[in-house]
Amino acid sequence: MSHRETMETINGCRTRVMRKGRGEPLLFLHGAAGASAWLPFMETLSEKYDLIVPEHPGFGGSDTPDWLDNIGDLAYFYLDLIDHFDMAQVHLVGTSLGGWIAAEMATRSCSRINTLTLVAPAGIHVKGVEKGDMFMWSPEETTRNLFHNQEIAASVPEPADEEELKVVLKNKLMTAKLGWNPRMHNPDLRKWLHRINVPTLIIWGDDDKLLPPAYGPAYRDLIPNSRLEVFSECGHLPHVEKAGEFTARVSQFIEGAA
Amino acid sequence: MKFYMMHLMPYADLDLDYDKKYNSAWITLPNSYYDPKKGAKLYNRYLDELEYADQLGFDGICVNEHHQNAYGLMPQPGVMAGALARRTKKVKIAILGRALPLLNNPVTVAEEFAMVDNITEGRFIAGFVRGIGAEYHAWSVNPANSHDRFHEAHDLIIRAWTETGPFKFEGKHYQFEYVNLWPRPYQNDPHPPVWIPSQGSSETIDWASHPDRKYTYLQTFTPVAMLAKYMKMYKEKAEEQGYEATEDQLGWSVPLYVAETDEIARREAREHIENFLNKFLRMPKEMLLPPGYLSLKSMMGVMKAKSSIGMKQTIDDVIDKGMFICGSPETVRSKLEEYQKEIGFGHLLTLLQFGTLPAELTRKNMEIYANEVMPYLRDKTGSAKAAAE
Repeated sequence: MSHRETMETINGCRTRVMRKGRGEPLLFLHGAAGASAWLPFMETLSEKYDLIVPEHPGFGGSDTPDWLDNIGDLAYFYLDLIDHFDMAQVHLVGTSLGGWIAAEMATRSCSRINTLTLVAPAGIHVKGVEKGDMFMWSPEETTRNLFHNQEIAASVPEPADEEELKVVLKNKLMTAKLGWNPRMHNPDLRKWLHRINVPTLIIWGDDDKLLPPAYGPAYRDLIPNSRLEVFSECGHLPHVEKAGEFTARVSQFIEGAA
Repeated sequence: MKFYMMHLMPYADLDLDYDKKYNSAWITLPNSYYDPKKGAKLYNRYLDELEYADQLGFDGICVNEHHQNAYGLMPQPGVMAGALARRTKKVKIAILGRALPLLNNPVTVAEEFAMVDNITEGRFIAGFVRGIGAEYHAWSVNPANSHDRFHEAHDLIIRAWTETGPFKFEGKHYQFEYVNLWPRPYQNDPHPPVWIPSQGSSETIDWASHPDRKYTYLQTFTPVAMLAKYMKMYKEKAEEQGYEATEDQLGWSVPLYVAETDEIARREAREHIENFLNKFLRMPKEMLLPPGYLSLKSMMGVMKAKSSIGMKQTIDDVIDKGMFICGSPETVRSKLEEYQKEIGFGHLLTLLQFGTLPAELTRKNMEIYANEVMPYLRDKTGSAKAAAE
């Protein structure tokens, strides 16, 4: 059976949500490239969990609401989304920009969060560690720089039609709005990461050219009950490039935390 | 028609082989390529050229704003305007920046412009732009808020110029407890003229042509067919809103080279205009069009069009498209007369130095233009207007 797709109205924003599976709810927050398609790692996770994959307001098939100005707005939005679905608790997984949102949510309140998994999250700045400038990269450079394995990079399809191109541009626009300056971080976030009081797993690729792996230990040191796993021969998207290892590690972590 | 000399003040001593190592003369080109000893000479040469335009009888001189590049060395155009204010006597001085969305405090521009307007006793023209996309990389300002910040900064500056202070300003991007401009602008009926330079945008035309504003729309460096299209659009917008646009509301900015004969003009200009196009303007699309700089709809259009960004251009390409006027006085006169008649712009801004064009050729260009082109067109366009009245 394939996943379900619905439009949910939350805070006045029509939000596209993909969902499949049974078990404890797992809320996945996507990165800058959006979540248009149901990917293999989602299918695997849905075999064990009730997997919920919304598209952020301002991305893909979701509306761009007037109230959306910054990452903090999305953090509150997703706390509202947990209410909207009437979920007592969720396992929260966020990657890159979505990891930043997840970290912001957890500093605000962990009362509805069971476990937290941050996959190469944006959100903090580490002095002296140079990040990649995704806004200066051409589309070809971006694809190359996101992966360690260049065979995978070469197989990433270009936008197939006008609709897909529009989604790419819309996602890029909202990523700029949220992360242009300060570049992909909130200077205040690191002050409050100590408030996160749920088991936290941080995953990083050892060949991440966008957010270098040196960010991993920095995040780990700021979140009390956290550990860092570095995937070898892996770029910025472990859930895509190392999908098997990623899903196994996430399930293992969630089970271990129970 | 009124005649202006526009200057970009490029770093003409640029090592033109920079592009073997770097993909742009903007933002990422290390400033070790800039030699202050040479730069100082260039600044003074360029200021001399603009002062010479005053003596040659131009109606105005124009400076503009770009950041972190070899293409134009005027990141703070007010400094240039200040230097020119006291050394020129008759010309208007137009500052065709500032890029309002870049500003943390738009009141600084209200102040600076009002000061130039006072010192020159009203020989000042204000330009407001969003800046090209590269400026958003240069100043780390969010391009996704560019339109919003432009409008808010503009409203604040106009209020600062026209309302008795102090007043409070409560915007989304800018908030002030006290706005109370000292000095007030010299031109206070209701404020200094405002020009809106643009590469062509229906949104900008809608806004500039609004009866509350009637700002001069200035089309910059575009093919003449586009110029005609946008000028027509402005006139139609004005008509829809119940008034007739005057020539004074339409301007064109174009590089120009005039010499003794067509052949000499092409020969002398070729290398320098091609350097301007291929070396100084060079930048990748990501630099020129950061996300949010254009609306989603306009960006779709750009992505679909086979863009000439990054393509090598020749002197013939730009002459054919009417993006560069080049030839003998007779050729230049007849082209400009034809375009003016057809399109009806009232302000002609000519870029008489471009790329690596050296001092002697720049002066020769200015002299032939001022002596053999301007008077002819003044007569023609003046008498046509008189006859029409």
